[in-house]
Amino acid sequence: MKEVEIRRLFAANLLCVFSVILTAVVPALLWDGFTVLGTHLVWLCICSVCVGTVNVILHLVLKPNRSPKRSSLAHKISRFLKCCIYFFMSCIVFHAIIVLYGAPLLGSVTETFLFSVLLSTFTTLQCLCMLGPNIQAWIRVFSKNGAMSIWESSLQITTVCSILGAWFGAFPIPLDWDRPWQVWPISCSFGATFGYVAGLIIAPLWIHWNRKQLTYKSR
Amino acid sequence: MQRWPVLLFLAWVCLLFFAGIGLFMSGFLLTRIELASSSSCSDPLLPPPWQGQSLPPGSCWAPQRFSKAVLVIIDALRFEFARFNPAKASPLPYENKLSFLHHLTTSQPRHARLYRFRADPPTATMQRIKGLTTGSLPTFIDVGSNFATYAIQEDNLLAQLVQNGRRVVFMGDDTWEGLFPKKFFRSYFFPSFNVKDLHTVDDGILQHLYPTVDSGEWDMLIAHFLGVDHCGHKHGPDHPEMAKKLTQMNEMLRSLVDHLGNDTLLLVAGDHGMTETGDHGGESEKEVNAALFVYSRTPLFGTGPPEEPEAIPQVNLVPTVALLLGVPIPYSNIGEVMAELFSGDSDTVSAALQQLSVYHINAKQVDRFLQSYSLVAQDLPAEQLQRLQELFSGAVEEHTQLLDQVQGATLVPPELESRLGSLISRFQVYLREARAVCTQSWARFNSLRMVGGCTLIAASCLLCYMAAELAASSDSFYRSCLLYPLLWGLVVAVLLGLAHVFTQEGLDLLLVSSCTAAASQLGFFWHWWAWLGLAFPMGILLFRCGAMFSDSFVVAEARVAPFLLASLVMLLVGKLHWDGRLTVPEGPKQQVLGFSSYRREMWYLLCLVATLLVCVRLSGFFHQCREEIPQCRPSLFLSPLASLRNTRAKNLFYLLCVALLAGLVYAVRSWLRHYGNLNSSDPLVLFVRWGFPLLVLCIACYWAVVSSADDSLGKLQELVQVAIVAFPWAVYGLASMGLLLLLCNPLTVFAKDTWESAGSIVTPYLGAPSSEVDFLHVIPQIYKRMQESQKNRLERGSCRATIAAYGLGSVYSAALVIALTLLGFLLMLLHSERLSLAFLLLFLEAFVLLHIHTRARGLPFSVPWYAVISWLLAASQFFYSTGHQPIFPAIHWNAAFVGFHLDHSTNLLPAVLVGANTFASHILFAVGCPLLLLWPFLCEMPSSQKKKPKKEPREELQEVEEHMMEMRLRESPEKFSTALLQLGLKYLFVLGAQLLACVCAAMILRRHLMVWKVFAPKFLFESLGFVVSSICLLLGISLVMRVDCAVSTWFRQLQLR
Repeated sequence: MKEVEIRRLFAANLLCVFSVILTAVVPALLWDGFTVLGTHLVWLCICSVCVGTVNVILHLVLKPNRSPKRSSLAHKISRFLKCCIYFFMSCIVFHAIIVLYGAPLLGSVTETFLFSVLLSTFTTLQCLCMLGPNIQAWIRVFSKNGAMSIWESSLQITTVCSILGAWFGAFPIPLDWDRPWQVWPISCSFGATFGYVAGLIIAPLWIHWNRKQLTYKSR
Repeated sequence: MQRWPVLLFLAWVCLLFFAGIGLFMSGFLLTRIELASSSSCSDPLLPPPWQGQSLPPGSCWAPQRFSKAVLVIIDALRFEFARFNPAKASPLPYENKLSFLHHLTTSQPRHARLYRFRADPPTATMQRIKGLTTGSLPTFIDVGSNFATYAIQEDNLLAQLVQNGRRVVFMGDDTWEGLFPKKFFRSYFFPSFNVKDLHTVDDGILQHLYPTVDSGEWDMLIAHFLGVDHCGHKHGPDHPEMAKKLTQMNEMLRSLVDHLGNDTLLLVAGDHGMTETGDHGGESEKEVNAALFVYSRTPLFGTGPPEEPEAIPQVNLVPTVALLLGVPIPYSNIGEVMAELFSGDSDTVSAALQQLSVYHINAKQVDRFLQSYSLVAQDLPAEQLQRLQELFSGAVEEHTQLLDQVQGATLVPPELESRLGSLISRFQVYLREARAVCTQSWARFNSLRMVGGCTLIAASCLLCYMAAELAASSDSFYRSCLLYPLLWGLVVAVLLGLAHVFTQEGLDLLLVSSCTAAASQLGFFWHWWAWLGLAFPMGILLFRCGAMFSDSFVVAEARVAPFLLASLVMLLVGKLHWDGRLTVPEGPKQQVLGFSSYRREMWYLLCLVATLLVCVRLSGFFHQCREEIPQCRPSLFLSPLASLRNTRAKNLFYLLCVALLAGLVYAVRSWLRHYGNLNSSDPLVLFVRWGFPLLVLCIACYWAVVSSADDSLGKLQELVQVAIVAFPWAVYGLASMGLLLLLCNPLTVFAKDTWESAGSIVTPYLGAPSSEVDFLHVIPQIYKRMQESQKNRLERGSCRATIAAYGLGSVYSAALVIALTLLGFLLMLLHSERLSLAFLLLFLEAFVLLHIHTRARGLPFSVPWYAVISWLLAASQFFYSTGHQPIFPAIHWNAAFVGFHLDHSTNLLPAVLVGANTFASHILFAVGCPLLLLWPFLCEMPSSQKKKPKKEPREELQEVEEHMMEMRLRESPEKFSTALLQLGLKYLFVLGAQLLACVCAAMILRRHLMVWKVFAPKFLFESLGFVVSSICLLLGISLVMRVDCAVSTWFRQLQLR
């Protein structure tokens, strides 16, 4: 059972990684003048949308968490609206935190906001898919011994990796190398993306490695 | 552990660090060896004579061409200031102002010429004067002696002139007085230190210049004008004031030329340039590029001026002037003569021969210097010296041959000219290469000492870490950690001293002290070697230290420190959450759902973190700029209010600043009142009540006087002058009075005796003397010394004594908070008005940090590492946010004149004022460091109160015992001392780790392009900051101990009653 689950998780994660790679390659073929560096904002949008869509589709197909008991249409719609609101709020919160960390306050608002959208896609959207608009469940997952399935463990790892990647991405900005990717927010968004991809790959491997030690409380 | 050993131990660790810093500095900031020999007329350096020429009387080495010379030094005369471009339609304030120079060069092209005058860095005035008179290169360490000018020991132009019986008259900058004591025939010195004063020096010179010139009682006249430099410092080059100043200089030159005779050489030179902000000291193009103008009434040059003015190094002036005036070239000169000044009005061949003879003299002098230098010091590479020697002997040999051929008339002009030209260029090559070799190797380091210093600092860091971990666990800590190491050190010091006595060598104090330090450390590790395997859990600190190794990160440190601070705090919150310390333990109902809910305190904590982040971000608005980031604009808040043109904005800002000051006083007073420390009628409390507002009033008045427009007050001018001095002195006086009171009697406790029956041991509300006491907070204010009453109960039987003491629970923190506030006022006074906003942010951020730390604390008697690291990160963050940068031009020199209208008599006081201004945040955070230990005790009360809202009186008795707050520390003096020691060691460790990183960076990257621009200043600032911080840390800890002593005596008195 567990092995099968891990294999499913691995496949799903590989799909996500694949989608990230495709966002960098496919638009360049379709559209003249597209480069990840040159038209970075466009790539940010494309990457957010693609990863978001893939995540939602995977969630609908795989259904890693049990469906809620009530599933009327009204309930579903309200859930969906709530998710949208949560996502938007997380974008705003990320934006605020990034600015507090030292991003320009007034200049390059678009860049900062798109970067926060990307970060939200990597972190909040996954949580929304996995756990629904339920803050308390989020709090539970992100504490010690809080994960209740391998999907939630994977969620922990990818989220932390994305944020760490974004954090490390800020490091090259002050260097005087004069590279195009040192411009705000390119290095940070690269960092976040690499972190996300690394998290996606690490998560199933880590779970596989520690499958003996990992025991999940059943609900 | 006792109190004294703790202080002694910390002091010992500080001394270890100081020894390491000293050892490293002596290896890193090497000074060139100054040779004591000097040139004299009889030196056998004469070139072979040609055309039977012999030296006229009164000349040395070369025939004297001018009997007199006037050297006009206009401080900070950048080349652009002197250049005149008639095509320019709308010149900037500093352009096209020296039109007279242009007039001379165009009307008399063979009499006058303008040069680019390349100054060697560091471009500070004193170093430049040294370079302009000795003809040698300055070294970095000289920058440090800018405050105190010392006499030049090396052979120099002035010494040569005096030695040969010339009369040197000087007027202007009084820096020369210290450099050349008793050298001048007559002198008129004017104070140079006050950079805001544009006119005193210049007007003084102008008053004496023309009478002196006309009197003729001089052979060399030096006039050093400071107005342009001071105008640059005060207003920047792009200002109408600069136009006025330059026009004044132009008029001065015009009338000076009218007073000159035919036998006089006029030199107008800038000692360095200035940046766009009017600063100097570094090595950017604008600072290095000065102007030199040469003029005489007799023709000087053989040909007209070149299209683009030639660039010549500054040291070239010395040999040129020396030979033109017929005195020997100073011994250590490495400059090259400006040969075209020696051609005169003769034909090409004889001009070339004349030039060759001065080159010959110059080369011989440089060769002699190199040889005697290489005998004294080994730092010039031998193979390069060998090559230079070959170049020199080849050129000299050919010169002799050529002269023989000229005398034999075997050469005809075309061939002769070409050979003369090639020989001249050979001499030039030799002189230039010699100069390059010297420049290169005088930036040499003593790697053994550097490595030694580095190791000493690293070992001290390790020692701090281990001792901090050990302090809690060991009983015989004091003996094995302090006594034995000190004994070891003592033994080594005595042995070394004896060795020196026997070998009769000069005692190198630094070497002895560092050997002693190393030995005493060995003693420490000897006893604790088993603990070396401790792991390091501090990633953020590692990043911080790693950032010191990249020049980009050092340049961007103003943004790196807040980034890391924010990350550290966020990480802390994340970790707390991960560990589940923020969530309520899962109840049965919640367990079913699998959810946890947050405690209410979680939101409180989140609010604190948000406040902290906002503080950190806002403090970034008070940044200063470095020249490495060209697009950076310095914060508007750094300039004083007086520079604001808009009166309305000025008034608004002024009101805001004063309101903030008042707000700070109000906050501190209400904090003290909350904890009941404002009740007693001790002098200290009275001072807090009345002295603080008075301080604010004085500061506000001072700001008002300073920021008012310069000329608007008219008749009141004299009164204003008095007020500018009087108000700061009032603040100094009041603050020092407060600090003295704090030292004499640091207790802010109000005790009230009651003699009551057994029923009410707890005295509910006693009607405090002050009506302002908040009724709600009476319970927390009471600390009941239960042991006391127990004892009394035993003694007196039925009669029970109860003593209600207000504010005893916060007696330690109250003293620290009062001290910090007083220091804060002093430091705010030294900064420009609007930086008080930054100081308010500093206090707020420290307060928030303390609260976050309280929420997250673990063991009661130890301060966790993250708290210390965040505290220090905040300290370095506010170093930048109070408008500082670790570079010399960014020092706020104005601070030296707060309360001093004119010049200083000593150098110590301005150094202290400027140092306090520069390291303001280091001082505040280091003194406030013990708060990290005290705060959790202070805040323990509200939570326990919430838990037990209402109980039976008997239980309340226990509850009151829980409200002991800081008296818990008093209960276990052993633990208290250990905790203080541990805190001090942790603080020193983190500081030391940063210092170590700087030291290593400076050592490893000593050949880096940016070493003198970025790493060396950073290292100097960091080590000075370390010294200041460690001293302030010791002061803060001793203050806490002083309070502890006072509390002990207070209890003893209670017992006696």
